[in-house]
Amino acid sequence: MISRRTRRKITNFVMFAMTGLCAAVAVSVLFFILGYLLWQGGRTLNWQFFTQLPAPVGETGGGFANAIIGSAKLLLLASLIGVPIGFLGGVYLAEFGGTTWAFIVRYTTDLLNGVPSIVMGIFAYALIVLPMKHFSTFAGGVALGVMMIPIAVRSTEEFLRAVPNSLREGALALGATKWRAIATVVIPAAMRGIITGIMLDVARVAGETAPLLFTAFNNRFSSPGWNQPTSSLPVMIFTYAIAPYEDWHRQAWAAGLVLLSLVLVTNIAARFILRRQSLVLRG
Amino acid sequence: MTTASPTIDRPVSPQHKFVQRLLRGDQIAHLITLIFASAIILVTALLFFELFRSSALTRQKFGFSFLMTTTWDPVALEFGALPFIYGTLVTSALALIIGVPLGLGAAVFLAELAPPRVSDGLAFLIELLAAVPSVIYGLLAIFTLIPLLRDYIAPVLRSTLGFLPFFQGPSYGVGLLAAGTVLAIMILPFIISISREVLLAVPREQREASLALGATRWETASHVVVPYAKAGIIGSIFLALARALGETMAVTMVIGNDPKINASLFAPGYSIAAVIANEFSEATSDIYISALIELGLVLFCITIAVNAIARLLILATTRKSTAHS
Repeated sequence: MISRRTRRKITNFVMFAMTGLCAAVAVSVLFFILGYLLWQGGRTLNWQFFTQLPAPVGETGGGFANAIIGSAKLLLLASLIGVPIGFLGGVYLAEFGGTTWAFIVRYTTDLLNGVPSIVMGIFAYALIVLPMKHFSTFAGGVALGVMMIPIAVRSTEEFLRAVPNSLREGALALGATKWRAIATVVIPAAMRGIITGIMLDVARVAGETAPLLFTAFNNRFSSPGWNQPTSSLPVMIFTYAIAPYEDWHRQAWAAGLVLLSLVLVTNIAARFILRRQSLVLRG
Repeated sequence: MTTASPTIDRPVSPQHKFVQRLLRGDQIAHLITLIFASAIILVTALLFFELFRSSALTRQKFGFSFLMTTTWDPVALEFGALPFIYGTLVTSALALIIGVPLGLGAAVFLAELAPPRVSDGLAFLIELLAAVPSVIYGLLAIFTLIPLLRDYIAPVLRSTLGFLPFFQGPSYGVGLLAAGTVLAIMILPFIISISREVLLAVPREQREASLALGATRWETASHVVVPYAKAGIIGSIFLALARALGETMAVTMVIGNDPKINASLFAPGYSIAAVIANEFSEATSDIYISALIELGLVLFCITIAVNAIARLLILATTRKSTAHS
C-alpha cells in the first residue's frame, strides 16, 4: 500500500514529465522543419537559384531571381505604407492618447491583426485591382502594407512606453516643448527597439502568400516598374509545391529554405539586439 | 538693449493664444499622430465596407440561403457555402482537440515546472515556430505528413476506431484530418506563448501560499495558478481558434479541395479560406467573384467576433493580476 504522500509525489513527477513532453513535442517541430528543409533544400540550392529566371515547363534548372526581386519590391512598398501609419499611430498611443480614444484605437489594431490574410487580399483586390482592371506589384504591396500596420503600432507603442518618464521630464524641464521632447529625446531613446520591431514585422509579411495570390498574382518573367503582376518567393513556393513535376518540387524546397532562413535570422538577430522576450506575439 | 517685442504689445485674444500654441508645434504633432492613429480605424471600417459592397450581387440573389445550401457550381452559377463552412469548422475543431491539451501542457511546464533558464530558451524556440510562414508548413505537410497519415496513421485509426463514422472509408492522405493536424501544429505556439505569459502574470503570493500549505508544485499549478488565470487561458484558445479559422495556405495545400460534406475525417474537404485562394483569380463572372467575396465577408465576421472575445478575456486577466501585485 502506497502512502498518500508518496502518491502525491509520484503524481507530481509524472505530470512534470508529461507536460515536459508536450513542450518537447512543440520544440521538436521547429527542429524537424529546419532539418528537413536544410536536407531537401540544401541539395538543390545553388548560385543559379539567385541569378536566373524560372526555366520553362519540362526543362530543368533555372532560378527564382525574379521572385526574389519581386519580394523585395513588395516589401519595400509594404513598408512605405505600413511603417508611417504604424509608427505615428504608435506615437499617438504612447505619448498623446487619452483613455477612451486610445483604447478604441488599440482594440481596433488588435482586431485588424486578427483579420485573416486572405481577407486582406480581397480588400486590396476590391480597392486596387478592380478599378485598375489588372494585377500589379502595387496592389500586392498595399495588401502587405495594411498587414504590417498592427504590429508596427503595437511594438512602437511598447518601446516608447519603456522609455523612463524621467527622460521626458528632464527635456520638458529644460524648456523643450512636448513634441520636441518626444522627437529629440524619447524617440531616439526607443529607436533601437522600434527599428527591431519593424524588422520583425517585415519578416512576418515576407512569408505571407495568401494576400498576394490575386493582387500581385505571379509572373514567369521579371516585372519592370510597379504596374505589372510580379512573382514573389512565397507564391512561387506554393505554385511549385502543388505542381506535379519533381524538378519543381526541388526548386520549392530551395525557395523554402531561403525564405525560412531569412525569417529565422531576422528573429534571432532581433532577440540578440533586444534581449527581451515575446515580441512576435504581442502584436 | 532691446525694445519690447511686438508680441507683448499686441492684445492677447483667445484665438491668438491658440495660434501661438499651434505654432509651438504640440497641437500639430498631436493632430498628425491622431490622424494616423484614426487611419487604422478607417482602414478597418473600409475593409468591412469593401467586403460588404463587393458582395452585394450574391447577397441580393441568394440571401441567407447562401449559407445554408450545399451546391457550389460556378458553371450553373449556383453558390452554396455550407461545405466550406463545414470544412472550416471541422478542421478548426480538430486543431483545437489536438492542439489545446498539448499547448496547455507545454505552457504549464514552461511557466510553473521548468527551471527559468530552460523555460526562457524553450519559449524563444516556440516563438520562432510562430514565425515560420504558413506556406512552409504546407510544403512540409504535403511531402511528410500526408504520406505518414495515408500509410500508417489512417490504417491504425480505421482498425481501432473504425466503428465511428469519422474514421471510415479510404484515406488518400489529403483531407480534413490532414488539415486539422497541420492547423494544430500551427496554433501550438500561440496557445503556448500567450498562456505562458498569462500564467506568469499570476501573483507570486498565490503560489507561495499554496506551497507553504504543503502542496506539491503540480498541485499548486493545477489547483491554484491555472484556475486563477482561467480567463486568459481561454482567451489564448480563442485567439488560436481565430488563427485556425482564417489560416489559408497550409490548409489549401492539404485539405483535398472537394466541396462535399463528409462525416469521415479521411475524406477530402474544403475550407472558406482555401476556396477563395484557389478560385479567386480564375473567377470569370461578376456573380462568381461576388460569391467568393461574400465568403470572405463571412470569414471576416467570424474571426473578428472570435478575436474580440479573446482580447477581452486576455485583457481581463492581465488587468486583474496587475491590480493585485
